[in-house]
Amino acid sequence: MAEERTGTQERGTPVVGEAGLPDTDQKILVRARDLAIGYGRKVIQQSLDFEIRTGAIFAILGGSGCGKSTLLRTLIGMQPPLEGEVEIAGVESLPPPLDTPPPFGVSFQSGALFGSRTLLENVALPLEKWTDLDQRAVEAIALARLRLVGLGGYENYLPAEISGGMQKRAGIARALALEPRLLFLDEPSAGLDPVTSVELDELLKTLNRNLGVTVVLVTHELDSIFRIATRCIMLEKGARGIVALGDPRELRDASDDPRVRRFFNRLPSSA
Amino acid sequence: MSDTLRIENIELPDGGAELRLGGRLTLAAGAAAWDQLRNRCASTASEVRRIDLSALELVDGAGAAELLSLRARRSMAGRPLELVGASEETGQLLDLYGCPNDHTCLKEAPPSPTALEEVGKATVGLLENARDVLDEVGALVSATARAIRRPRSVNWREIPQLMERAGADGVPIIALINFLVGLIIALQAADQLKRYGANVFLADLVGLTMTRELAALMTAIIVAGRSGAAYAAELGTMRVNEEIDALRSLGLDAQRFLVMPRVIALAAVAPLLTLLGMVLGCLGGLVVAMTSLELTPAIYWGELQRAINLLDITEGLTKSVLFAITIVFISCQRGLGTRGGAAGVGRSTTSAVVAILFSLIVLDAIASTLFNSVRNG
Repeated sequence: MAEERTGTQERGTPVVGEAGLPDTDQKILVRARDLAIGYGRKVIQQSLDFEIRTGAIFAILGGSGCGKSTLLRTLIGMQPPLEGEVEIAGVESLPPPLDTPPPFGVSFQSGALFGSRTLLENVALPLEKWTDLDQRAVEAIALARLRLVGLGGYENYLPAEISGGMQKRAGIARALALEPRLLFLDEPSAGLDPVTSVELDELLKTLNRNLGVTVVLVTHELDSIFRIATRCIMLEKGARGIVALGDPRELRDASDDPRVRRFFNRLPSSA
Repeated sequence: MSDTLRIENIELPDGGAELRLGGRLTLAAGAAAWDQLRNRCASTASEVRRIDLSALELVDGAGAAELLSLRARRSMAGRPLELVGASEETGQLLDLYGCPNDHTCLKEAPPSPTALEEVGKATVGLLENARDVLDEVGALVSATARAIRRPRSVNWREIPQLMERAGADGVPIIALINFLVGLIIALQAADQLKRYGANVFLADLVGLTMTRELAALMTAIIVAGRSGAAYAAELGTMRVNEEIDALRSLGLDAQRFLVMPRVIALAAVAPLLTLLGMVLGCLGGLVVAMTSLELTPAIYWGELQRAINLLDITEGLTKSVLFAITIVFISCQRGLGTRGGAAGVGRSTTSAVVAILFSLIVLDAIASTLFNSVRNG
């Protein structure tokens, strides 16, 4: 358990219930132990200890360059940790194994759709590879996923023919194709207009509430954090460790750490 | 209001000097104002200790940056300079553009490595490049083994489209280039052959050169320019757009999903394109034989059949497959190793084409030597 720096939670105390479930019913889905992240010899963050429980919408927060996306890449096994370890459902998170269906869904910052494939083909790809369903069933599921993210009617469009927000939503539809119980998202609402951003947040809440998907997202959009996140960790460039961990609303209202107050109250560093 | 900067010198009681600025110190005032200020600072007989800003009509961000930079430069040289008399607006602007210390106000001197460091860096770069190539060879071999065990894991669906792009779409240019190469060789040789009455041997010269060597090489060079560059750019763009990571996150192997279909497609179409190149090259020779050496098509064709044997055609076709695999291997390796956005994609593409051309010539030399030993042995 990460050390709470805000005074709202003591080391080792139970995590506040998430998604309305009693704490005792919640399993630890993701666990980071004494994690150091970075590239080559460059350490971006270290001494990261935290847990993510089933049913949470867990946000990784912080300003630009603090290592949020690097942490996400380390959690999903795309980048080896410099120190420490990450466990997902009790298994060490190595690069996702080949020749087996992925254990979680990932939506990348840019959507990362395959440019030569239509939206339908993008979403259908994991289904074609990892199920024995016939083409008709695969297409029906892929269409349903696109409708779920509000892209019904766009199935035959190429990624280049739709807006950035739509690409992100299509990326989420592809990440959801194989019904993952755990979804990682990198900056899902960055660069979106306010309405699309709210719609995306509502979608994530729906997935979390109705389909029981645990969501881990990297973001620095405060409105989005307060709308959906049940728990968060905050990183800061140069701080080398978790600055704060807890419910974002509690951190905003009760933290006595000036860095946390500054971030959550949108105050400039000179304030 | 004047658009220019005015500077007045005032002697201070302690022997130093003060520059009193008037007019405008703005970006619009241009280089003249900047030079004027620096020159007056440097050329004033007494040491300039203060700059009085009270009479300045307007200072913009650029002007504030220049004043701060001037102060920082003087301070680092041990000659402190004070900015005084700033109006409230100018003071706010100076605060806004202010730096925590003098160093951060000035551009950091770029590192100037020594020759030894440059050599060291280049050597490490070469070793890293060699390691990347070995990594890619290992990955491709391992992917091939996995693909044989699990053929369904290869992205077969993309192969017809790749074959069309690399093969059918390239036919016109490959046909034209090979025809012209055959024609040029024949033109260069025709005069010499005519002089010795060896007109008929034009068919031998063009036929052997095209089948053993040039059809495969010219075709590979065009394929490298069309498909090799395209593969490097395509995979490089996929890398910087996180599409390769997305593939991995879906449990799919970039080698089997992207590289192997390209290897299969190009290895399948390259011999066909080379065969076409051989025929067109010989036709180029025929045009010269008929127009310059008065040979009939029947004589030229008969001589060609006598001169060329199956081993010559096998040599050309074998080389074409080797070249195709080399093109895909290098272009995909460079593409997948792309770093650093659009500029990185450009670098990968250029580097792929250069490496492919170099490798083709080296490989051609090795293959030609081996086939010559077979022929003579």
